[in-house]
Amino acid sequence: MKIFWTLARRELAAYFLSVTGYVIIAAAAFLIGLSFVVLINGLGNQPSPVPVTELFYQTPYFWLIVLLAAPVITMRLFALEKFSGTFETLMTAPVGDVQVVAAKFTAAIVFYLVMWLPLLACLFVVSRFTDQQGTLDAGTIGGMFLGVFLVGCLFLAAGCFTSALTRSQMAAAMVAFVLGVSLFSFGFLARAIPAGAPQWESQVIGYFDLFDQINDLARGVVDTRAVILYTSLAFFFLFLTLRVVESRRWK
Amino acid sequence: MIEVSNLTKRYAGRTAVADLSFSVARGEIVGLLGPNGAGKSTTMRILAGFLPATSGTARVAGYDVFYQSGEARRRIGYMPENNPLYPEMRVREYLKFRARIKGLGWGQSRRRVDTVMEQCGLTHMGRRIIGQLSKGYRQRVGLADALVHEPELIILDEPTIGLDPHQIRSVRQLIKSLAGRHTVLISTHILPEAEMMCGRMLILYDGKMLAADTPDNLQRLMAGNARIIAEIAAPAEALRQCWAQMPEIEHAEVSAAEGEFHRCILTPRDGTDLRPVIFTVALQNGWVLRELTRNRQSLEDIYVQVTRPNEDEEGE
Repeated sequence: MKIFWTLARRELAAYFLSVTGYVIIAAAAFLIGLSFVVLINGLGNQPSPVPVTELFYQTPYFWLIVLLAAPVITMRLFALEKFSGTFETLMTAPVGDVQVVAAKFTAAIVFYLVMWLPLLACLFVVSRFTDQQGTLDAGTIGGMFLGVFLVGCLFLAAGCFTSALTRSQMAAAMVAFVLGVSLFSFGFLARAIPAGAPQWESQVIGYFDLFDQINDLARGVVDTRAVILYTSLAFFFLFLTLRVVESRRWK
Repeated sequence: MIEVSNLTKRYAGRTAVADLSFSVARGEIVGLLGPNGAGKSTTMRILAGFLPATSGTARVAGYDVFYQSGEARRRIGYMPENNPLYPEMRVREYLKFRARIKGLGWGQSRRRVDTVMEQCGLTHMGRRIIGQLSKGYRQRVGLADALVHEPELIILDEPTIGLDPHQIRSVRQLIKSLAGRHTVLISTHILPEAEMMCGRMLILYDGKMLAADTPDNLQRLMAGNARIIAEIAAPAEALRQCWAQMPEIEHAEVSAAEGEFHRCILTPRDGTDLRPVIFTVALQNGWVLRELTRNRQSLEDIYVQVTRPNEDEEGE
């Protein structure tokens, strides 16, 4: 455990010791700001029928932030270490494969959450300077951040996996991005299924509709289906990452 | 300390290490010597637990480097080729991080980091960013990292590569000072370096062990073939006949030098020193002898000879 924290601290510090970390945060803050403008415009003068947080999810910028930031955050985790050779010094220290994967993933998640902090400021402005108080409470904000966290877990885990596969950060980011977009757009298949098709088809695909699932969370409804979907997919990708890291030792 | 038996490592279509066996006793400094691509780095990576062997076993301090990897790694300080470091970290911060992930406690890691920084001459560099250090200092950081958890075995892959002569000297001195307390395995393709630092040398070529002995013994082994060079003022025919009659001489080459002198290169049959015999022969025949040298082969010659057997045969 002690080793895990040491590793995670170093990984997290690496984000803040390089320019990349600040660039990611700045870019994300910019996009959050843009969605905030869209949001404010949408609110206009009359009270909103749905929670502000749900509106926020429906602005395209939210998904853009997640889809773009996740690959960029995770691309260096393994690929850079393999490229510079420090992977060798790391893995020949008495550390476990699980510790390494968990520490890197934890650092990515913490950085990702830090990246989202400007959103709190936006929500503060909404609650303090508008009369839309009814649409914003602890439940919806908590639900929203849970959603942000869960979506992040999934996409960052996928990013870890692609980073572990290669020595090239660029390749890792590209593949992670494609993987993220595919996962994200999978849910839209449900809407493309013709009306005559059997009921179960759209239902099964509906379970994997990331977009729908997250909307519930933004309303402050914590649906275990969403939680389970996101965490199990994230664990699946982390498991794959672990196998890739272990594969070095396969005979 | 190290026991390697029948170690083989095959990459797709290429054998990097073939049936390698050797052992290293506690406190020894052993040099792993060979041209580039001889399998030095592969052997070291297997010992350090980074790569699995295709077959065969390797043990460090009694622990199998594959099946008891964690225990073995705890006892090894490994510095890979090119000494990769995290360039964004500060020297002290990096060493502290390394000490911690190697399982040292809070206070203990602080004490050890201070000790190795002093040992490696880094005391005043603690706050510097690694990426901005000179190559020599970076190498010292790598060494300090290998030493920080007081490992029983230290494995250094080409520790002096790319350094200037001053830096090489200081790194060598540092490595020499480790003898006795630590077992050290160094790889290099620079022979004088191994000669200077190592108590024993293992010469690898093409994944196989060609020779393993102390530098002195290796030299003695080859000294038997030391050739004698004699310059004698006599007709070439007479000289050739004379050498052909002597049973101690296996091979003789006679070539013209200035004036009436001829240069004879003589190979002894069984390692005897031919010089007194040649002097006597010259004296008996009334020939003038102006040079008589025993051409002792340096380790360099031996090294070139054993690591390039085919080319040498072709050359002769």
